[in-house]
Amino acid sequence: MTRRQAYNAAALGAALLLAALFPVLVPNGAFETVAIFTLIYIAMASAWNILGGYTGYVSLGHAAFFGVGAYAFTILCKAWNVPAGWVTFLMLLAAGAVAGILAIPFGWIALRARRHTFVVITIAYLFIFQLLAYNLTNLTNGSAGIGAPIPPWMGSSFNIPFFYVALALAVAVIVLSALIRRSRFGLSLLAIRDDEDRALGLGIPTGRLKLTAFVIAAIFIAMAGALYAYYVTFIYPQYAMNPLDDLSMALMAFLGGVGTVAGPVIGALIVEPSQQYFTIAFQSGLNLITYGGLFLVVILFIPRGLWPTIRDALKARAERVRAQSAVEPPAEATRLSAKGGSS
Amino acid sequence: MSLLLDGIISGILTGGVYALMASGLTLVFGVLEIINVAQGSLIVAGAFLSYALLTYLHINIFLGLILTMPFMFLVGYVVDRVFVRRLRVDRVMMSIMVTYGVALVIDGILTMIFSTSYVHLQTAALNQSFPLAGMRVPMIYVYVFLMSVVFLLALYALLYRTTFGQALRATAQNRNAARLIGIDVDQMSSITFGICAALAAAGGMGYGAISSFHPNSQFDLISRVLVIIVLGGMGNIGGALVASLLMLVIEDVVSTVWLPNWSTLIFFIVLAMTLALRPQGLFGSKEARQQ
Repeated sequence: MTRRQAYNAAALGAALLLAALFPVLVPNGAFETVAIFTLIYIAMASAWNILGGYTGYVSLGHAAFFGVGAYAFTILCKAWNVPAGWVTFLMLLAAGAVAGILAIPFGWIALRARRHTFVVITIAYLFIFQLLAYNLTNLTNGSAGIGAPIPPWMGSSFNIPFFYVALALAVAVIVLSALIRRSRFGLSLLAIRDDEDRALGLGIPTGRLKLTAFVIAAIFIAMAGALYAYYVTFIYPQYAMNPLDDLSMALMAFLGGVGTVAGPVIGALIVEPSQQYFTIAFQSGLNLITYGGLFLVVILFIPRGLWPTIRDALKARAERVRAQSAVEPPAEATRLSAKGGSS
Repeated sequence: MSLLLDGIISGILTGGVYALMASGLTLVFGVLEIINVAQGSLIVAGAFLSYALLTYLHINIFLGLILTMPFMFLVGYVVDRVFVRRLRVDRVMMSIMVTYGVALVIDGILTMIFSTSYVHLQTAALNQSFPLAGMRVPMIYVYVFLMSVVFLLALYALLYRTTFGQALRATAQNRNAARLIGIDVDQMSSITFGICAALAAAGGMGYGAISSFHPNSQFDLISRVLVIIVLGGMGNIGGALVASLLMLVIEDVVSTVWLPNWSTLIFFIVLAMTLALRPQGLFGSKEARQQ
């Protein structure tokens, strides 16, 4: 382990510890709620990034799978008489499985098209699922909404189980995203983003890999949806399948740095708390203007996202420092800088 | 049988309005090579402008277009000038993000001014109707359809009968080649965006006259209009016209003959099935392989 890796590991460990201690450090229900939603969005944006960031297939329909997860969780809990409590969290896996199976045919159709046509088909998916949620009344209870199991925790301890499960889900998705980024699978996905036809020509089974990324994103977004359903205890079609969620995931990834592991996490950490704040602080309408305005500023002035911009600035500074100190052999400098681009 | 006819007639009449909204969007895609996600909010903004003129100044909604269309043209021109023109790399993806930001801002402004309740453009023509094939067709549907036809013909004349239109089509065919022969491509793009917004104003008025709307209607509208232009083949105006009529007729027939709840779903299912067979849409040329 080099010193650089040791530093990174220590920083990540400290961040994780800080996150785990959050409910102890800030024992405030309102802040905990914001933290839980932020963690859910970190998981969603990171999962979205595996498809949208690595393969370049920007999906504006994966919020449909958030809704599928929420409804699958609620309906299956009712059907199987799952008691409310810690064991109910296991149903997140069932919700993910349902979404994963549904994502296969839908992903196959959408991935026949490329770029903008793909985007439009995924938008259509969101509305297909939203309409299904409205219309399959004997399953979803339509616009009247449907209730999930009521969590048994009361008062100040209510948020704690949700916080740690959301943290576990977020960490799981981040770890998976990092592992994929470093794997042969991840490299193939990046090759698809850069030049799909050449990737196909080099023998990468692009169709199968794209579909795998589509399904992985759907599974974890659905698990986030199931957690959301359990936390808010009552779901409606317009909130479970929300077009704003699609754009939030994309915004978070683009703000932090699309296609990087850290980008969506940073984006979600900034966007979700500020969105919650705008909703409370400003009158309805003004919050949308602020949110949309910020969105425009980010896209126009830092189109690559925060993380790559900051990382490159730091790297350029480090290189300047290194160039000034004559003790360091130049070969070492090039080796380190080549390594720096990997995460 | 009369129900079927009913569905076909109302589908064609409302399809005209969608053709108007979709033609602007597909024109922008053709010329600028971007997807304007703000089109839905521009349509709703146009509808609200007509609503404001009608409610507060008592200006007829058709006459009001003389004011709303130039205004919306300016809005579109400025949006392109300030936001879209800056995009140089990965234009399609970035444009979706930028125009979404614009849509949110417009949505916010409309929410602040008009709140989020449903409104409807109330006109005398709404209550008049005439008999056709055993059913009564509201006059407003016919007026709005005629208006759409007039604007679509005007658009056709502009694109195919003027030097400006020739330059615009040249830009749509190949931006670089157009720039080489001396066409101001950036100016063309801004004007096209303006035309798109002006058509959205007219389409929005038509939409508001035949159905009720509120600021959030933009999500429903943009998804439908995008579906129409993808089905027609992106950038293909003729394809967008056929696709609008086809989709609205299918939707209205399903709605009258079968169940109104499921009609919109059919709309999206037709899209998914078509694209599974023909990813480039009904009239689109094969997508360029290196994108």
